[in-house]
Amino acid sequence: LHAAVTVHAECRGAGALGPGSHSLLENENKPHPCCSGTLGKDGSCLPRVPKGNEFHREMEKTGSIESLESKPSASRQPSVDSLASSSTSKSDRSSLNRPPDGVSTSAEVSLDRALGNSNKLTEEEPLLLPQEAIQDMTKEVTYICPFVGAIRGTLFVTNYRLFFKCTDRDPGIVLNLPLGVISRVEKIGGGSNRGEVSYGLVCKDVRNLRFAHKAQEGSLKKSIFEVLMKFAFPVSHGMEIFAFQYGQIFPESGWKVYDPLTEYRRQSPGENPGESVEFRAQGRIPVLSWIHPESQATVTRCSQPLVGVNGKRCKDDEKYLQAIMDANAQSHKLFIFDARPSVNAAANKARRSSLSHRPWLSLSPNPPGLPLGSFSPHEMTKLVFLDIHNIHVMRESFRKLKELVYPNIEDSRWLSNLESTHWLEHIKLILAGALRIADKVESGKTSVVVHCSDGWDRTAQLTSLSMLMLDAHYRTLQGFQELVEKEWLSFGHRFQLRVGHGDRNHSDADRSPIFLQFIDCVWQMTRQFPTAFEFNEYFLITILDHLYSCLFGTFLCNSEQQRVKEELPKKTASLWSYINNQTEEFTNPMYVNYSNHVLFPVEPLHQRHRELLAKRAELQRRVEELQREVTSRSATSPEKPGSPVCPAPPVHACV
Amino acid sequence: MLSLGSAGGKSTKPSFVSYVTPEEINITDIDASRREKHPNLLPGEVVFCSASPILKSSQEDASQRGISGTLFCTNFRISFITDEVSSEEVAVLFKNKLYGENDIPLTFVDLIYAGYDEKKKLITRGQVKNKYPPKIIIHCKDLRVFQFSLTFAKEEEARKIFQGIVHHSLEPKSLKCIFAFSYCENTSSSPEIQRKQRTVMFNTAADWTEEMMRTKGNCKLVTDNENFGISQKLAQFFIVPSFVSEEDLPKCQGRGIPIWCWTHHSGCALFKTASLPLTEDDSESQALKSYMERMLNAVAQNHLYSVKTEELSETLPSIQDIQQSYNKFKQFFLIDGTTEFWLSDVKWFSSLENSGWLDIIRQCLHKSVEIVECLEKENTNVLIMEEEGSDLCCVISSLVQLMLDPYYRTLTGFQSLVQKEWVAGGHNFLDRCNHLHHKEKELQSPVFLLFLECVWQLLQQHGPAFQFTETYLTVLSDSVHVAVFSTFLFSSPFQRVTTMKAGSPQTQRGPLNFPTVWDWSLQFNCKAQDLFTNPLYSESPKQNKAMRRPFHAKHQRQLSLPNTTYKPSPKKGFFKEETENLKKMLRGKRISRWMQSTEFIQASTREFYESWSRRPLDYHGLILPCLDGPAIRLWMQRYLRWIPEVQIFGGGPVALLNKLADLLGEVQELRAQLDLQACHTDLTHQRAVSLPRTSARPTNAFPFASSRTWGLRPTIPTCLLQRLMITGNLANADDEVTEAFADVV
Repeated sequence: LHAAVTVHAECRGAGALGPGSHSLLENENKPHPCCSGTLGKDGSCLPRVPKGNEFHREMEKTGSIESLESKPSASRQPSVDSLASSSTSKSDRSSLNRPPDGVSTSAEVSLDRALGNSNKLTEEEPLLLPQEAIQDMTKEVTYICPFVGAIRGTLFVTNYRLFFKCTDRDPGIVLNLPLGVISRVEKIGGGSNRGEVSYGLVCKDVRNLRFAHKAQEGSLKKSIFEVLMKFAFPVSHGMEIFAFQYGQIFPESGWKVYDPLTEYRRQSPGENPGESVEFRAQGRIPVLSWIHPESQATVTRCSQPLVGVNGKRCKDDEKYLQAIMDANAQSHKLFIFDARPSVNAAANKARRSSLSHRPWLSLSPNPPGLPLGSFSPHEMTKLVFLDIHNIHVMRESFRKLKELVYPNIEDSRWLSNLESTHWLEHIKLILAGALRIADKVESGKTSVVVHCSDGWDRTAQLTSLSMLMLDAHYRTLQGFQELVEKEWLSFGHRFQLRVGHGDRNHSDADRSPIFLQFIDCVWQMTRQFPTAFEFNEYFLITILDHLYSCLFGTFLCNSEQQRVKEELPKKTASLWSYINNQTEEFTNPMYVNYSNHVLFPVEPLHQRHRELLAKRAELQRRVEELQREVTSRSATSPEKPGSPVCPAPPVHACV
Repeated sequence: MLSLGSAGGKSTKPSFVSYVTPEEINITDIDASRREKHPNLLPGEVVFCSASPILKSSQEDASQRGISGTLFCTNFRISFITDEVSSEEVAVLFKNKLYGENDIPLTFVDLIYAGYDEKKKLITRGQVKNKYPPKIIIHCKDLRVFQFSLTFAKEEEARKIFQGIVHHSLEPKSLKCIFAFSYCENTSSSPEIQRKQRTVMFNTAADWTEEMMRTKGNCKLVTDNENFGISQKLAQFFIVPSFVSEEDLPKCQGRGIPIWCWTHHSGCALFKTASLPLTEDDSESQALKSYMERMLNAVAQNHLYSVKTEELSETLPSIQDIQQSYNKFKQFFLIDGTTEFWLSDVKWFSSLENSGWLDIIRQCLHKSVEIVECLEKENTNVLIMEEEGSDLCCVISSLVQLMLDPYYRTLTGFQSLVQKEWVAGGHNFLDRCNHLHHKEKELQSPVFLLFLECVWQLLQQHGPAFQFTETYLTVLSDSVHVAVFSTFLFSSPFQRVTTMKAGSPQTQRGPLNFPTVWDWSLQFNCKAQDLFTNPLYSESPKQNKAMRRPFHAKHQRQLSLPNTTYKPSPKKGFFKEETENLKKMLRGKRISRWMQSTEFIQASTREFYESWSRRPLDYHGLILPCLDGPAIRLWMQRYLRWIPEVQIFGGGPVALLNKLADLLGEVQELRAQLDLQACHTDLTHQRAVSLPRTSARPTNAFPFASSRTWGLRPTIPTCLLQRLMITGNLANADDEVTEAFADVV
């Protein structure tokens, strides 16, 4: 019901993608190049504040760190240097905020260790995660920082990360990079200069890092970068991804956040799933994603129909769609949203006609090419193309964006350069598509079927975003995890293929930042509705950090089936375990439905909100105390109430 | 009719009589209903002409739908009064008392177009014949767009209203015709009100002395200009370095005199001046040179024998550039309809960039940071110069003070700053805003708006440092064009003083008492004025210290570091080296200029910014803007507030504001509860919430555009743009889908 109330606003907001949202974007801070290296002029390693409207930084990881450091509570929480994926190392300052080790409980210490958060900066070596081991170490390595120039230091490679600590500057600059982030390693040049060999690391999170070290001529010892390559691409070397070794156990397992039955009951209380979704039995696809609590209009997803040029049809499939339509009594229409541009759809139809090796793909009765009437007695199925481009276009767009933001941004050409990447245009189209779907379901009370070519990329983006618009549950911390588990993981977004975990084949045409794009869309929504989401920007950044880090099992493998086969829940830890064990870090203090907690925000502006919340908590406490006192007093001596009560010291609030 | 110059004088009571023809009187008398719908006239406001029925097309869609009503043209505004009984008398929270939602003060009119079926034609003055177009489109300086259809009105009325509007809002007029004169003759003066507000007006010697004491400056006050004996461009009172000799003051009509702006706590100070004229004559130029030497010397002796001079016109765009750039920029927000909106959407970013407006903002901020660096880091005196000394000098000097001095970041402090630098500083508001529609367009330039833009950039980067909000800045930027306030009306202090002293010849009432813009109660009620103050302003410096800690790490952000190293330009750098040698050694002058290559400047400023950003952030200390491309943003509230397509229902900053109001309310309630419990009384306390709860969901255009004309259906941008444009909105999209399908078939 709540969803019904809010959807309009959401729709409108997301719909307002004109200059308004443009300007929002336009206002985006660039991902700060420094994030990656974060090297101050004076050599200190300084994290950057996540500034307002910026998200592309997401890929740069520093956001996480900073937010972390800014928290006075960092000492209480296992720090979120998460993620290790954050390349940026913590500066010594950050650790100054931390209490001496003795203060933390052992559990915390172990978590700390788990997260690679070192608070002993005097040590040269990185603090290691459970099962993490140093594989190689070389002194006198030069890190060629695009911001401060060449820095000398010591480089470590473990089976999980690259760790560089500067030795010639004070305070030490530290790079702390999970190997999973590395997309490719290149040897640059022939080692002409003073016998140095130089390596470039291209990262999935926007950065490019360059190192150089002395060539060890005549020595049999391999270069540290050859060692690094082995551990950065374990899959290509027949080894295990680190997540399988990482033995951290969290108090509460995140593998259980999503249970299809529970989720179904949440959506339609009192109904037995077996009855209304009988079409599930027919072969898993199309699959029901969401039911409107009132109108029973549904969001269903599937892949493209394999009709071929001559318009093959499938009786069963037609029955399906009929069933979907019939299940919703309020509308006699069914909308089929095809995420693709109509031109591509036509081309695909021809090309795919010969592909029969995907027997599980269901045939849709309503392909472009068949007259409407031939399918349905109601003639009420309509097809809409959403004009979203394919993974290759997105990959290219993202590549351009990367080039634009790292390492330096050309200030005076920022906007037009940004425009020329088309990244935001793609974001806009995806949001607009999701909006149309949400609008049909909410305002039109009509069931919709969403599909694209394969049903796991654009489809997942569209269904999950429209559900985010329709249902407030998915805008909570827990709900968002369910959404990702359901729409992305269980419905088979091919994470392994799109991200290429541990695979050195960086030019694989199947790689594409589809999930990142989805998170960017979510971020856009959180910008437009700053109080509608329970989670904060840091949460989104953390998810992306671990999309690449290979620390958690959540985003490994290509499908539910593979995950079960690999026994991921048994052998790896879930990202949600990590997140749900310290939810304060990830909670938006301004979330409107959740106002009774003291929360820890990320953004500077929220400092003031936080003070207010703290003030309120303090006042609340004092009121309660007084109330107790008064009750006890009135119980004993009701005659003279209040007089001996010492008035509370004045509370200074700056409000 | 339509006589000029007599508006205020002829009658003191609002009346039709002198201005309309007998036929019209009949019509107005007969048509009683129209009479009722008379606009609520302000004191001194008179109606010139009116016409009905006029159709006002709603801006939201390009369709022919509209509201019918009567259009009035008065000596203050163009006003549209709807016939329709406004079904929803929504208590508009943010209502301007001087002009309403459908009013266009004459000075707000930017451009008028004649609208024909498909095209529109710009109307220039002197061009109007007896014909009138079917539609009149008015672009306002506050970026509203109005479309009035004249086709249904009586021919005579339509012609007159069209001519009246064009005449009164485009034709040149004299200062006395500005509505403020008529207004203030008809309002009782209340000089005491002004004392109540603590905005320092800088029109007395005492104000200046106080200001100098506040900043611990050691310059001297000049009172010789009380009767404008030295210069008509300078204020009656101003402050100069103590070493400026009395004889030098009247020499160049005020040019070249270093006018004190502000003293840094180290003792060095910021001065501004109008440049000396260039002459061919050798002896004269020699004399000017030695005059300037003496002036520089005087500035240098203020502190440490050091001075840096900066000729602003060398590095910053000219006022004509500024005007041109703004003209391009504003076009993207003056949108006639949905179609145009989606069309502009396609190339949005690059269009914004090509206008160059954001870059000009960046340049101004950059220059200010440079000067802050001199004052704060090098502790040198700075003298900024410019031809008039009252355009970019005002922008830069006010920005510098805003960054350095927390006092100016309070509401009254900011207003005092505007008084000091802009009003007393002699900014030529009259010509820059072109209140009189003069032909010399090159005098027109949105310099003050540029300043507000820069302030907004600072504000959005360092919210808690400012006591005022962006709403305040937006309102202020509108108020510049409300021809009621003396603040933005005159071209020089001389004109201001003499005009006001002279009073009105007709009424002989003695000095005129114009209201100032700072008397916000003239425009807004208290509730609305609440929106001017920032609830998140970090008020007390003491408390701020306590909360510094968390900011410590956070604020250590970085800029992308320069990839070029420091390279002083060989041909120009000698001066600097020379000054290095002289430093603190001789009693010689240390005069240097920013002569180094821009590369060097960039690098040096970056370094300064970075070293600042590594220090703990103190909202009551120095604040500097980040100048990165993505950090300079579009002032959405001001520019996009009237465009329905970008309104986010239930979202935007107002959602945060609401939540914040709740929190503040709760805190207050709890505190009240605490008091109650302590005192043990049973009084029911009232809940204090600063934002009224309305059923309507506020949008991100809050508090400006009202949302009631809007349905809740989303507008949808896709590549189906073209088709959407034809079908209008999503409701019709079903058919379009069928069509699309048919196409495929």
